Amino acid sequence: MAEPLLEVRALYKHFGGVVATDRLDLKVVAGGVHALIGPNGAGKTTLIAQVSGEVEPDSGRILFAGQDITALPAHERVTLGLARSFQITRIFRNLTVRDNVALAAQARSGSSMRFWRPVAAEGALAAEADAVLAGLGMAALAGQTAGSLAHAFQRRLEVALALACRPRLLLLDEPLAGMGAEDAQAMVGFIAQLRERATILLVEHDMDAVFRLADVISVLVGGRVIASGTPQAIRDDPEVRRAYLGEEQEAA
Amino acid sequence: MSLSGLAPLLVLVAAIAFPFAAVPAGGEYYVGLATRVMIYALAASSLNLVLGYGGMISFGHAAFFGAGAYTVAILAQEGVVSGLAAWPLAVAISMLCALVIGAISLRTRGLYFIMITLAFAQMMYYFFVSLRAYGGEDGINLAARSRLPGLDLADATEFYLVVLALLAVCLYLLKRLAASRFGAVLRGIRESEGRMTALGYPTYRYRLVCFVIAGGVAGLAGALIVNQHGFVSPNLLHWTQSGTLLVMVILGGVGLLYGGVAGAVAMLLLEEILSSWTEYWKLGLGLVLLFVVLRAPRGIGGWFARKESRG
Repeated sequence: MAEPLLEVRALYKHFGGVVATDRLDLKVVAGGVHALIGPNGAGKTTLIAQVSGEVEPDSGRILFAGQDITALPAHERVTLGLARSFQITRIFRNLTVRDNVALAAQARSGSSMRFWRPVAAEGALAAEADAVLAGLGMAALAGQTAGSLAHAFQRRLEVALALACRPRLLLLDEPLAGMGAEDAQAMVGFIAQLRERATILLVEHDMDAVFRLADVISVLVGGRVIASGTPQAIRDDPEVRRAYLGEEQEAA
Repeated sequence: MSLSGLAPLLVLVAAIAFPFAAVPAGGEYYVGLATRVMIYALAASSLNLVLGYGGMISFGHAAFFGAGAYTVAILAQEGVVSGLAAWPLAVAISMLCALVIGAISLRTRGLYFIMITLAFAQMMYYFFVSLRAYGGEDGINLAARSRLPGLDLADATEFYLVVLALLAVCLYLLKRLAASRFGAVLRGIRESEGRMTALGYPTYRYRLVCFVIAGGVAGLAGALIVNQHGFVSPNLLHWTQSGTLLVMVILGGVGLLYGGVAGAVAMLLLEEILSSWTEYWKLGLGLVLLFVVLRAPRGIGGWFARKESRG
């Protein structure tokens, strides 16, 4: 089997007495969508934060494309090709959609310790932003102020910003958060079109979306992966049903 | 050129003409007052770079203002009176202070950042209080203003023009900076630092550079204020000075290019007028500040620049 794009080995993290990540192992191979599911408090968001570098693990290792990135600062991981979206939207609300994406383009095009030349004169940045937006069917929104967009489009911009980093691995943390059924449906289509451009590690609560998008599903319970496999295998796994899916169905 | 682009030029022309009209009319006092206003405008503008553009609420900006002033005063006492040597050195020393204080303070956020910058500034205040060789609590008198080739800074008009030129150049550089790549990064950090990190920016480094640049400009203002007053004491580094600079920025317009200038003009002129009426002039100043914060959250500058975008 090919070397995994992302490999997490015996990752451990606790906050006070709460163990959020309990000697967790995970492999994400290149290509396709790998979904991460689990009940609330299973440690999904903490895991994403450790992979992206915002939270430092207590022990264990994280390897990206064969390189140990456990101690690498978050911004350097982005340079290596690891970008993320946030569960709680983090966009530049007072900037236009184009300027939002242009900031991502600027991050990849050399130093920003430049103090003299107006950034507005750098046509290449705006052009790249427009190209990214056009590729995602968002060209019509380019001139709008990000904060004035409808929630569903703010969520798309959230993902577009991560994609504009041209990642090899895209971490999507609950991209459907706060969406109604109709918007969620459209967002699933939006994410589906990204699979050609990057490997996706998807954390999502919406089971319909997960089973429609994922090639591989890992189930996280109590900070560990209790099962990993194809959607069909996960659906049929008795332990998963007992620990998670059943509970959800009962709740629904 | 649009009206909003023309207005600063008109103000500049009027400011150049001012001493030539005021001095013959016996208004030399007002030239000195205007010089003091411009120096505070420079200091407030440098704080505005940190606060308004960088989004960092620094409560210790007087430390850099004072460091610049003391550098010039100490050098003068040791016999170095050339402005060409002392002023750049004042800027460099202030930048160095900002580098050390910033490198530590910028690891904290929010209220902790406010408190730690305040603590550093107070440490420097007590350092100068205990510095017996250079006046201790009483401070240092400057025997004469710094010397610049071809100019006589003892002349109020010439010193006024030098200060005006430096203020104009610094504001122009600030304007360039705000529109540059660096300015775009600062804007992004102010709106969402977490996202900037997630885009691959080492945000700490950018915030530190911003902090150091602002420290240098405050140091230049300090070098000028000691020349204006002919005197420096630890009071220039006291936390109330940092508070005064913050109030100027808030009064003038946080994150607006001319916010620091508008705030310094408004506050020092109010002080001048109110204190001639009553010794309780700070009460009046407080009421005005209350009014501005409640009715014009973007400050005085915000009234003029309503349609212009921030930053």
